[in-house]
Amino acid sequence: MASSRGGDGERQIHVLAVDDSSVDRAMIAKLLRSSKYKVTAVDSGKKALELLGLEPNVNMIITDYWMPEMTGFELLKIVKESSELRQIPVVIMSSENVPSRINRCLEEGAEDFLLKPVRPSDVSRLCSRMR
Amino acid sequence: MEYSSLHRQLATMKKSFFDQGFLDEQFFQIEELQDDVSPNFVEEVVTLFFKDSLRLMGNIDHALEKFPQDFDRLDSLIHQLKGSASSIGAAKMKNECTVFRDFCDKENQEGCIRSFQKVKKEHACLRQKLENYFQLLRQVGPVAKATRSGN
Repeated sequence: MASSRGGDGERQIHVLAVDDSSVDRAMIAKLLRSSKYKVTAVDSGKKALELLGLEPNVNMIITDYWMPEMTGFELLKIVKESSELRQIPVVIMSSENVPSRINRCLEEGAEDFLLKPVRPSDVSRLCSRMR
Repeated sequence: MEYSSLHRQLATMKKSFFDQGFLDEQFFQIEELQDDVSPNFVEEVVTLFFKDSLRLMGNIDHALEKFPQDFDRLDSLIHQLKGSASSIGAAKMKNECTVFRDFCDKENQEGCIRSFQKVKKEHACLRQKLENYFQLLRQVGPVAKATRSGN
């Protein structure tokens, strides 16, 4: 049985990435895995919530802003309004630099707001924000 | 000998993509992510892009046929296409999408149709170039590995 004892006993950080674009999903998953995070990538807010219901041991959610059916902002709101999920830091990604949108997300409790394309330096910055 | 010649060809080809503005530095970022765990990452992402963009362009073609035009829906599709292009560093295509989106914002149907033709042209051009590039890369690949393992 694998045990996390031995070494420094660190649990692997699990990031849930949400993006309807298959290209962006592949990119963000690779960026995160290169930093040794465990990544689950889904293509909608609905699937993200389903997964969170089954497996709440997620250390961070990183989500695209513009998605059909449920935006990243709507997902953020649901997470922050949930007693089980509200502790999970949520990062929003967007290809558009719209200050009012950024402020709205941060006010709603987003941990950070990243402009796409996301860079390795953006991911490094998130490290200290993981739950 | 054969290996260096192919390698040079590859380098020249890639340089031309950048010099002619087809690709921008975002493409380098994707290359940086390629490693032993994902040795074909660049080609995989590019393949995803062309699959996704073909689908989106099909939807845009369909949307442009509608009358009256639903410019909100069209804008959403262009946004997705532009986003994908930006993610792989497809600079010319991204720029044409910007022009397309401007016409869409102004609800200029004729302008939309014209600029979308340009988007499609850039897409086809880039696709051809990258297909040639990866074909050549595949020839170099196994040789490169053999060279490394000789150390």
